[in-house]
Amino acid sequence: MLHRLTISELTARLARREVSARDAMQACLDQVARVDGDIKAFLSLSPTDALAQADAADQAIAAGADFSAQPLLGVPIALKDVLAVKDQPLNCASRILGSFTSPYDATVVTRLKAAGAIIFGRLNMDEFAMGSSTENSAFQTTRNPWDTSRIPGGSSGGSAAAVAADECIASLGSDTGGSIRQPAALCGCVGMKPTYGRVSRYGLVAFASSLDQIGPFTKDVRDAATVLEVISGHDPRDATSIPQPVPRYTQALTGDIRGLRLGLPKEFMVGGLDPEVKRAVDAAVTHLQSLGATVQEVSLPHTDHDVAVYYIIATAEASANLARFDGVRYGARVDGDDPFKMYGNTRGAGFGAEVKRRIILGTYVLSSGYYDAYYLRAQKVRTLIRQDYLRAFEQVDAIITPTTPTPAFRLGEKAGDPLQMYLSDIFTIGCNLAGIPGLSLPCGFAPNAERGTRNAKLPIGLQLLGKPFGEETLLRLAHAYEQTTPWHREHAL
Amino acid sequence: MSAPDFNIKYVAHLARLKLTPEEEQQLGAQLGNILGYIEKLKEVDVAGVEPTAHAFPMVNVFRADEVRPGLSNDDALRNAPKRASGLFVVPKVVE
Repeated sequence: MLHRLTISELTARLARREVSARDAMQACLDQVARVDGDIKAFLSLSPTDALAQADAADQAIAAGADFSAQPLLGVPIALKDVLAVKDQPLNCASRILGSFTSPYDATVVTRLKAAGAIIFGRLNMDEFAMGSSTENSAFQTTRNPWDTSRIPGGSSGGSAAAVAADECIASLGSDTGGSIRQPAALCGCVGMKPTYGRVSRYGLVAFASSLDQIGPFTKDVRDAATVLEVISGHDPRDATSIPQPVPRYTQALTGDIRGLRLGLPKEFMVGGLDPEVKRAVDAAVTHLQSLGATVQEVSLPHTDHDVAVYYIIATAEASANLARFDGVRYGARVDGDDPFKMYGNTRGAGFGAEVKRRIILGTYVLSSGYYDAYYLRAQKVRTLIRQDYLRAFEQVDAIITPTTPTPAFRLGEKAGDPLQMYLSDIFTIGCNLAGIPGLSLPCGFAPNAERGTRNAKLPIGLQLLGKPFGEETLLRLAHAYEQTTPWHREHAL
Repeated sequence: MSAPDFNIKYVAHLARLKLTPEEEQQLGAQLGNILGYIEKLKEVDVAGVEPTAHAFPMVNVFRADEVRPGLSNDDALRNAPKRASGLFVVPKVVE
């Protein structure tokens, strides 16, 4: 049952030599063998390599390694297929990368390895992180562990499902418009998007460079703080990484949230919100008040424009970032008589429908004659959206919202209507546009009456948004809530 | 469709994407729908508002101009679809 443990539970047992890292790694591999035929979170993994890393961790522990210096020693962690791990495959769940293997480690991977983590497996995602259901993977459709007829969310659906199904102890994903928080909410785990610039993106395949951040998926809030502490910090290899000291996030978990001021944005409690989600979030607000936080209404008046601004800025940046996939330097080339034909053939054959849709949209909004009307206007509205958040944070310490308007939807339910899919991100996008930190944690369940499901319920996520570099406040609030509610102790399988 | 001058063939050419006729038709219709939705941004008064390119703009991020280890030629070429003599091979560019 070692695969069901949290990071803090596992490392405590490892430190006491009650269990070995090999046992923990083997337990995760066994769970993958047992359930991943249904869940389909993993695109690939190497048990031999994973167990070799586990043995190295066991040797380090036997030699007296210090867990305070290596807080992830012997902890099996899996990664979204968008992060570079030296000599491992990297595909972004796309055909266009062919048999690519990474020549170097992403900075987050270097940091995880230095902290002692066992890095294993490539987790499924929407192709190039474009999607909200993981249905846009070129390889397979990941299922929600709570109900395999439903989506796990996206784009980091594999990262969320693997943690929720106890196939790994923790995972990393990336969040451009909600791609960590939304799947964490729908799969019932903790997911965090740090402040823009907090975590280096060196070795993260770029989607929308002014929005992307890497963050953890974990089974509880303490683990999120532990992983965030490891992966955060300035990196000369990422010019957008901010040279600011990294707090000891785990020390922020005091349990005391008395006097913290919470803001409820009136624009978020609108039509389309599932009644069960509303009920759970209302109850969570009441609970946080009972713990001593104060609650007031705040206004984010430009919220209604988040999705439109996002789909201009994110697609514009994506169209530029994905220009590098042209069959010249890496990936699966489709020949042509001249370079232009080769680019077009390679990209036409290699990219899936959603990626093509976004490249076309992004190219259009940047094209001559339309730049001012679309891209520049969107950047200006982005300023207004960011100002709304910063103004709200003059009155409150954190903003509290549902993470998603509904629990997990069914496979195929929105696949044919891109705009409906885009609107499922309505509560998570503002955080990326404003560059602030956000966290989703379980806050209850909606009944799921359908037959044939393993569990008769679906997780609901609570989103906490903080000031720039306000991660400690979010973690403190989330931890205090979590430790006085039962939701995080439930397992999907 | 709110952007009547949206020409899928032209934009696909700019994006260096070869599309099938079916893709052109489907993407054209879906993008018309999405562009229609995006039109709502025209309601917002942005007079005098500065654009945001980055939430925390960092300017002149320099590092010391020092030689340090980088990828080897072999590592840089390890994923190349075609390589020869330590170089990427591409179709002929000039006559």
